[in-house]
Amino acid sequence: MSVLRARALRKRYADLEVVSGLDLDVQPGECFGLLGPNGAGKTTTLRLCLGLTHPDGGEIELLGEPVPARAREARRRVGVVPQFDNLDPDFTVAENLEVFGRYFSLPRESVQARLPQLLDYAGLAGREKARITTLSGGMKRRLTLARALINDPQLLVLDEPTTGLDPQARHLIWERLRRLTHEGKTLLLTTHFMEEAERLCHRLAIMDRGRLIAIGSPRDLIAEHIEPHVVEVHGNGVERWMEASRSHASRMERVGDTVFAYAADATPALATLERQSELSYLHRPASLEDVFLKLTGRDLRD
Amino acid sequence: MRWVSVWLRNFLVWRKLFLASVLTNLADPLIMLLGLGYGLGALLPSIAGMSYLQFFAAGTLCSATMMTASFESMFSGFSRMHGQKTWDAILYAPLVVDDIVAGEVVWAASKAWLSGATILAVVAVFGLAASPVVILALPFAFLLGLAFAAVGLIMTVLAKNWDFFSFYMTLVMTPMTMISGVFFPAEQLPPPVLAVAQALPLYHGVELVRPLVAGRWPTQIGLHVAVLAAYAIVGYAMAIYFARRRFSA
Repeated sequence: MSVLRARALRKRYADLEVVSGLDLDVQPGECFGLLGPNGAGKTTTLRLCLGLTHPDGGEIELLGEPVPARAREARRRVGVVPQFDNLDPDFTVAENLEVFGRYFSLPRESVQARLPQLLDYAGLAGREKARITTLSGGMKRRLTLARALINDPQLLVLDEPTTGLDPQARHLIWERLRRLTHEGKTLLLTTHFMEEAERLCHRLAIMDRGRLIAIGSPRDLIAEHIEPHVVEVHGNGVERWMEASRSHASRMERVGDTVFAYAADATPALATLERQSELSYLHRPASLEDVFLKLTGRDLRD
Repeated sequence: MRWVSVWLRNFLVWRKLFLASVLTNLADPLIMLLGLGYGLGALLPSIAGMSYLQFFAAGTLCSATMMTASFESMFSGFSRMHGQKTWDAILYAPLVVDDIVAGEVVWAASKAWLSGATILAVVAVFGLAASPVVILALPFAFLLGLAFAAVGLIMTVLAKNWDFFSFYMTLVMTPMTMISGVFFPAEQLPPPVLAVAQALPLYHGVELVRPLVAGRWPTQIGLHVAVLAAYAIVGYAMAIYFARRRFSA
């Protein structure tokens, strides 16, 4: 049975259909990523699945409960980490967890018993009396994560969990999230960091303009959509090189002054480049980012 | 009873700032009461058998209750809903926006009741109450608080920004305070203006509380209570309607 199952999901805001006919299945114990450019409908999809926003069409089942009809019951067993921290600034670190436990009608003793473990998980042991305004961005994020675990949820929903964090803080969050998947929790997260998706997610879906346009494991998506080798070339005469070397790559793409050559075997293309001293190039394996850009295009989304 | 956790959240924050909160809440009405009551009262004859100070104290009890309920539900409520996004966080838990509205309305009414009760204590200490029957003003103050908290919360869930509240404050609350018998008997107003006052909640609060301060039983209790209850119930229903529209549209 799926932890989350959505069928033909639709949501319209004024003239814009933000989610248009989306099917989604999240399996128990997996980390599932929703990947998409800004405005793809990722956050709206999460809100729909949590029953926070009502859909214009489609069906949702969250942990066996129909949503939005019984979203409240489903949310008893779900934890949420929002894109923007909304910790309660009127309370200390520990009070934030206590007050949140009360919203879940958890007995005071069981929240108190879990506090040390959660503070430790958040790396905030010894700072339980600190005010929220004195915490760094990474600490706030970790406390928000600990807060989402107060009810020991089966499913954790995270909206861009590391946006705005420095690399150290980001790696720490990744480590914490991996720990959760090892414990058997199911994770559903949105991100636009390919690195994050590749490291954390067992499966991911690429979303654009309210639809899922590809779904699979990071490795399968790369194998399915992109040639294994990428050569990036730039410099004087890159255009001439592009024309002359078309037969060496299965696909070439020009973006500004850079040419991207995609090939099953990069040797012939690299051989031509070794003779061209004025061209700089980089040979690398294909990545999720190549898949993402191929499927969603290179246009800016603001 | 899920709303209790929302009420409790606000109570716990209030408890931290207890002294500052009570002082700032009460300084204004007490200064008005003593300043106007003693200063102006010395020049005025008694009204319906009450000294002006006594007359005005009953009005102040009601206007202070109204102000506290309105400020808490609008400014503090908007800060929690919009500024701090506290409501968003609560909605991740097994609560719905109706629970939050209920918790906020009862909380604002509770805080308003405390303002009213403190003024009542001042009235008693200054010997302005004619008899212990004045204690019956307490439940009416809570009802008055519920009415203004519910209406205030409609404004909050409709508000796009802070400026929105100044319309309600300036165009509704201030004139209402003038015509509802807080400062002078509403009966001396031209009949159409009196009719407007009678359609608004503050007038009915004053009509309930003032006789009790004078040691008399209010007349038409059923009518006054019904109007206040109607504002509380209809206001609460409307606040829920607009809150749902704002949060889950």
